[in-house]
Amino acid sequence: MTRVRRVWYEMPVMASAAVATERWSILSADRVRRGASQGAMLLGVLAALWALWEGFKWFGEAVDLKIGVFVVDDRTLPHLHSIVARLFEPTAVGDRLLTVLLEAALFTAKEAAVGFAMGAAIGFLIAIVLVHSGLLQRGLLPYIVASQTIPILAVAPMVVVWLGGRGLPGWFSVAVIAAYLTFFPVAINTLRGLQSADPRALELMQSYAASRWAILWKLRVPASLPYLFAAFKISATASIVGAIIGELPAGIQDGLGGAILNFNQYYASSPDDLWATNLIAALLGISFFLLIVLAERLIVRRAPEHVA
Amino acid sequence: MSRRVSVVSLRGLSKEFSRGGVVALQNIDLEIAPGEFVSLIGPSGCGKSTLLRVIGDLVEPTGGEVVVNGKSARQARLDRDYGIVFQDAVLYDWRTVAKNIALPLEMGGWNRGRRRARVGEMIELVELGGFEGHHPWQLSGGMQQRVSIARALSFDPSLLLMDEPFGALDEMTRERLNMELLRIWERARSTIVFVTHSISEAVFLSTRVVVMSARPGQITGVVEVDLPQPRNAETRGEPRFFELVTEVRERLRAGGLDTAGEGGEEELIAAEEGL
Repeated sequence: MTRVRRVWYEMPVMASAAVATERWSILSADRVRRGASQGAMLLGVLAALWALWEGFKWFGEAVDLKIGVFVVDDRTLPHLHSIVARLFEPTAVGDRLLTVLLEAALFTAKEAAVGFAMGAAIGFLIAIVLVHSGLLQRGLLPYIVASQTIPILAVAPMVVVWLGGRGLPGWFSVAVIAAYLTFFPVAINTLRGLQSADPRALELMQSYAASRWAILWKLRVPASLPYLFAAFKISATASIVGAIIGELPAGIQDGLGGAILNFNQYYASSPDDLWATNLIAALLGISFFLLIVLAERLIVRRAPEHVA
Repeated sequence: MSRRVSVVSLRGLSKEFSRGGVVALQNIDLEIAPGEFVSLIGPSGCGKSTLLRVIGDLVEPTGGEVVVNGKSARQARLDRDYGIVFQDAVLYDWRTVAKNIALPLEMGGWNRGRRRARVGEMIELVELGGFEGHHPWQLSGGMQQRVSIARALSFDPSLLLMDEPFGALDEMTRERLNMELLRIWERARSTIVFVTHSISEAVFLSTRVVVMSARPGQITGVVEVDLPQPRNAETRGEPRFFELVTEVRERLRAGGLDTAGEGGEEELIAAEEGL
């Protein structure tokens, strides 16, 4: 009798164990293949963008294209290779443009990172408060939404004046502006994530006589992580944009915003400078985004279909 | 049977949902003794899941009394007297099998060493050795449900509440897990209240089958299952097994034809076909 039961029982388990390990090895081979195809895709897209840019430029110059006052020439649309080449030429200060821009990017990255951290923490706390009180949720949510309808360009000078008046450094004001753009998506998504826990999982926690605190940290927060990281991805790029825009009214020269303002004035004589700055700003945003993706891979342990 | 030795004692229990005034439960009286395996069976909407939730203090009754281990249901919940298993395993995706089983132990303040030892015993009990580090999505439905059972038993609750725990599984897995559950029940010597749609499952597992009818949900009969213990694959072939199945079915039909609507009748037929 027992022997019959064991055979009955062991076989499916062993089979599923084999399926499990097989699936993993397939997955890793799959991963290599997917990585390779992603790399190829990236190169393909870059090549296509290059072809589009240069093709439009060639076409515009050949037919003498005019769109309103916009004409296509080396001033409005420089060659991509000349933009990249510009990065390696020295500036008036003496350093290579790439070095200057990377220093500016690092400065802006600091503002954005501090702003992102503050905004994420505030957004997370707001969500935790709101998930525990339906009354507060109904009362406060409209104002949180309203805060984002005010253009950042209108808020930024006030923040700079207020915080500057309190003796805080200019870059900190910029970080606060970046935080203003960051906290909103984090608050909204985290709230949704905290509410996404399975109602029966909540009942289980109740049956273990779990405290609110335990329910929050052992169920609600882990359940919210995929939502949280979706918000972080939006916020990571928003915080860079916020920092660059914040630098303008703050009169900060050390960051990418300062560089953009500066090169804007010399655009007529050297358009490559501004284009190169835009390129570096984009790369900064992309690296911030990829950092979040990496953190998500390391932290979020969910079924593959649950990962946003 | 004196009231003090009952694990569960229900007196004149009723539950009316305020929305729409649906009477989910009406005048339920039931005593469950330690070590019993009691199944609740009935058509959809007869309130058997609600009854289970009332016992577990997840739903509050609107009338009557629930006494569990001589305490109020709420006190019993706070004392961690309940182990609960739902139809879906409801495992935490972000936790491994071992950590899922350890969850109630963490709530109970067990230290790391005791937790590890206990999880090891549970893994052995539900025969999931080698899968401790797997995540739920890497397991089959039957294995997930075994993890869920291990989690419910890990902190030695005096009462196990199971809400159609095998309802979502295929027939073969279901029969295998029925055997597993009986073996675990014998070893853990716990009391089990088991909600099911399947007549044969109820008869095979239980010491008593409580038959309910819908609208309003009430107990229409109790069938004592006097099949010998321990039960095994041959039990399902015994003449007495078929007699008991027929008895439960007839009681279901009597309750169903009197009070159940069309939906209830369909469910009843489905339950019979499940045999």
